[in-house]
Amino acid sequence: MTETAPPKKLPLDALWRARTSKFGDFAGYDMPLQFEGLIPEHNWTRSRAGLFDVSHMGPCFFALPKGHGLEGEAAHKKIASLIERLVPADIQGLRPGQVRYTMLLNEGGGVLDDLMIARPAEPGAAGDLYIVVNAGCKHQDWALIEDATKGEANLVRADDRCLLALQGPGAHHAAAAVIDPALADMSFMNVRRFDAFGRITVTRSGYTGEDGYEILVRAEQATVLAETLLAHPEVKPIGLGARDSLRLEAGLCLYGHELDPTTSPIEADLAWTIQKRRREAGDFPGAKRILREYDLGAARKRVGIRPNDRAPAREGVEIFKDGKKIGIVTSGGFSPTLNGPISMGYVEAAHAEPGHVVDLMIRGVPRAATITPLPFVPHKYHRPKKGS
Amino acid sequence: MTTRYTKDHEWVRMEGDVAVVGITTYAAEQLGDVVYAELPAEGATFAQGADMAVVESAKTASDVYAPISGVIAGANDAIKNEKWEIINHSPQGEGWFVKIRPSNKAELDALMDEAAYANYVKGL
Repeated sequence: MTETAPPKKLPLDALWRARTSKFGDFAGYDMPLQFEGLIPEHNWTRSRAGLFDVSHMGPCFFALPKGHGLEGEAAHKKIASLIERLVPADIQGLRPGQVRYTMLLNEGGGVLDDLMIARPAEPGAAGDLYIVVNAGCKHQDWALIEDATKGEANLVRADDRCLLALQGPGAHHAAAAVIDPALADMSFMNVRRFDAFGRITVTRSGYTGEDGYEILVRAEQATVLAETLLAHPEVKPIGLGARDSLRLEAGLCLYGHELDPTTSPIEADLAWTIQKRRREAGDFPGAKRILREYDLGAARKRVGIRPNDRAPAREGVEIFKDGKKIGIVTSGGFSPTLNGPISMGYVEAAHAEPGHVVDLMIRGVPRAATITPLPFVPHKYHRPKKGS
Repeated sequence: MTTRYTKDHEWVRMEGDVAVVGITTYAAEQLGDVVYAELPAEGATFAQGADMAVVESAKTASDVYAPISGVIAGANDAIKNEKWEIINHSPQGEGWFVKIRPSNKAELDALMDEAAYANYVKGL
């Protein structure tokens, strides 16, 4: 990509600049990278609650045209069937208020982007989907969706609004106190609209492995929402740096690192995102490769890797076994929770079992490391037990 | 004895006939908490500007370059013993990296002095 234009400012730029000077360009946006420090911010999010500005991402609403004449379930099935042309998840099967993680695929079964698709809970929104794609891919994703559904649906981008992520075990206290007590009762991967701070769309989701929320709020209302949340004793601002170490500990894929147009969801260990109805129908791009890999296994697999010593193995480090190259690190760094280095990467399937010992070639020196189950740090999502 | 500085944020100070080398306070602040460092072995020879050591924070891995040419005459035991926090606590004191026996002391005089380095950092 040729991004010579200066990075765009976030709508809340002034609010963050009053709290840090450490900014950096990410996906064309000038983003706060760090406040107190990566490790204290990381630990605060794991123990209390962190507020992240992720307004660089690509929220949008994808809806049937006005006057579509369909109601309720029929309207949902119609809009869902349109987006299912591009993704392998069962979107038609979403219940009102449910969110699913999925990916846009190319014909070769590679991943063009990973995204969240939500079915609004409100009956009046039947025939709408709320979709959030990644910052770096949003323009091409939206063009892809529009091209594939021209005349059948409308895509309305919402990236002029703010998207705030509130993450951590204290997130529900702060959200209930500041926004609405009902936020505490939402289940993980659910969405609701609230008449607060203008009208906000809240998903109980995130990308840190913690319980939490992502809140879409109009820019005019975002400052007061962010400041009110930050005034809560559980909440501190967290930069993009800690967001990366949190998602790495949670074993979550970052587009452009674990996922790219050559990598299939099966290689990425994301088979769980392809529900049975879609596997049986095989009606998504790249289904031939993906279903073959689903049945027979892929030649390589995404794994967790723990170096046996203290040297971090970062992106691009090659992985060897008995002197033969068997894979590569796609993300790596320091885990504050485990107080040691962790990595994710791809290895040949024969070496992907947890416990398998491999060599990481760091600055020309092979160092032993152990294949480790993901996530490195258990997820703490809010899922009320069935029947309660 | 005066301390000299490089544009890559190493400092170097003669103590007797060896030069003590580390990373500057500015560099340590930019890095954040050090989570790993790797020092060269005693007896290794480096030309000025060669990769000599690595220091890593949660954020990034940074090469540390030899500010002057010479032979490694010693390395900081605290860092070798994984007491990396010393680099953040005292980057220009107890958090020194290595001692170098210089092969060309004239290289030292060409480096920035304290005022020049302070001015250089201000412009970054």
